[in-house]
Amino acid sequence: MIIKGKVWKFKDNVDTDVIIPARYLNTSDPKELALHCMEDYDSEFVKKINKGDIIVAGRNFGCGSSREHAPIALKSAGVSCIIAQSFARIFFRNAINIGLPIFESEEIADQCSEGDFLEVDTVKGIIENINKGKTYKLNPLPAFIQNIISLGGLREYVKEELKRREKNV
Amino acid sequence: MGKTIMEKILSAHTDTDNLRIGDIIKARVDFTFANDITAPIAIKYFKESGARQVFDKKRVGLIPDHFAPNKDIKSAEQCKLLKEFAQEYKIENYFEIGKMGVEHALLPEKGLVLPGDVVVGADSHTDTSGALGAFAIGVGSTDLAAVMALGEVWLKVPPTIKFIYSGKLNKWVSGKDLILYTIFKIGVDGANYKVMEFSGEVIKGLSMDNRFTMCNMAIEAGAKTGIIEPDEITLEYLKGRAKRPFQIYNSDPDARYEKIIDIDVSKIESQVAFPHLPENAKPISEAKGIKIDQSIIGSCTNGRIEDLRIAAEILKGQRVHSEVRLIIIPATQDIYLQAVREGLIDIFITAGGAVSTPTCGPCLGGYMGILAKGEKAISTTNRNFVGRMGHPESEVYLASPAIAAASAILGRIASPEEVK
Repeated sequence: MIIKGKVWKFKDNVDTDVIIPARYLNTSDPKELALHCMEDYDSEFVKKINKGDIIVAGRNFGCGSSREHAPIALKSAGVSCIIAQSFARIFFRNAINIGLPIFESEEIADQCSEGDFLEVDTVKGIIENINKGKTYKLNPLPAFIQNIISLGGLREYVKEELKRREKNV
Repeated sequence: MGKTIMEKILSAHTDTDNLRIGDIIKARVDFTFANDITAPIAIKYFKESGARQVFDKKRVGLIPDHFAPNKDIKSAEQCKLLKEFAQEYKIENYFEIGKMGVEHALLPEKGLVLPGDVVVGADSHTDTSGALGAFAIGVGSTDLAAVMALGEVWLKVPPTIKFIYSGKLNKWVSGKDLILYTIFKIGVDGANYKVMEFSGEVIKGLSMDNRFTMCNMAIEAGAKTGIIEPDEITLEYLKGRAKRPFQIYNSDPDARYEKIIDIDVSKIESQVAFPHLPENAKPISEAKGIKIDQSIIGSCTNGRIEDLRIAAEILKGQRVHSEVRLIIIPATQDIYLQAVREGLIDIFITAGGAVSTPTCGPCLGGYMGILAKGEKAISTTNRNFVGRMGHPESEVYLASPAIAAASAILGRIASPEEVK
């Protein structure tokens, strides 16, 4: 998949309470969650971003709660991809499980400016900063995780696995 | 080469031979659970997966604790989903209001999570059960649905950082202070993707309640989990509780660690973590004087009986400051009842505190103690992020029950010595 989008930059330690405050967790409706995405950071964020935009952040993006509502809110608000120096581990799993592409790169996070346009080849792990004229190649994800992604997320993996087990009974 | 407790537990739960750090494995799960926030999505995905039943009806827990007792109609609908799912799939460990407690206090108390287990919970503070010598990790809802359907979880074998605590604990210094100090030392991502193994003479002398508090906050340093080797104190705690047989694992003396960090506790004062990150801990001597509007004593971090006993010891015969709301939330019904029997609730109410039925409530800004714009709270909970307990311009200071109780009396952040 090729993603093109404008960069919104964030600092270190963007936590899940900022991504989607707990006061909105009495629903799991993606559209409703998207309305409040990053609200306590910038109440206009959801209005400002366009579908396909990319978040580029510092260390430990998504720290805090295990709420899958956080990557769901981002994805539903139009965020197409997140590149950070590092991710908190539960957020990392959740993003992969729901099919939101995420990449770890200190280099890109350092060299990218807000408003830059990026082109991301999610399969090959090639990221081009169009404004800066720079191309980055990232390490591929482990084979097991690539398999989950190629099946379309963990939900599809579970369906396949259940079918396989039924056949073997 | 020896193995750590984590490596031994994972080896016993996978078919992969010669486990190495960084391997991706499928591990069999001994117990899995979700709450009223995370279960609704997991239930939806579970049903869509085509699974006809959960992997084991005795090994799935559903606990409405976050916005329960139901705070509004939407929360009521979410809680209802848990109850209906439990009925439909004959899940034995559904905890209705009146039996419910904050999940990470409730499950160990009921003997449902045990030493040597792989525990997967759809809540970040699942790491709490690591205090029993289990490998307990938090995940999201999709992962939880997968575990309910398959009885296994995919995970990467993490490296371990060993923390060795030595020296003599100062008066009023608790597990909460040790973990806040540890997070201050390594930072909020200091253990990202890693296991924090807490050990040393100080840990061996800590009560189970204090051990739970420490493992509970390993996630605040980014850790995959916290873990403590089981010993006599663990076995004593499990007597009469354990619902099934369990296996004790210990780390070998020559086990390999990514890092070993020694901490001399005799130099540690009570800690207060300033807004807006748990790593912003300062000794109480540098935190005194900040005016507070609210004091919360409770949560999966510090809502256990020993926490309430300490709060009562300080609040006995005192009055809560006229401008402060003191809210005390026993973490489970058993703890609440025990506190009634010991006369602790009498002390709290006489002092002018409010006591609530178990709920996560204010910890995550749900209800039962939300902060207005500009308000400050001292809290025994685990996170002080922007807006965590209410208005984005409110502030949360994290501390032990002793500090929260003393601060409630004086209306400002204070140490127990100032009250006594």
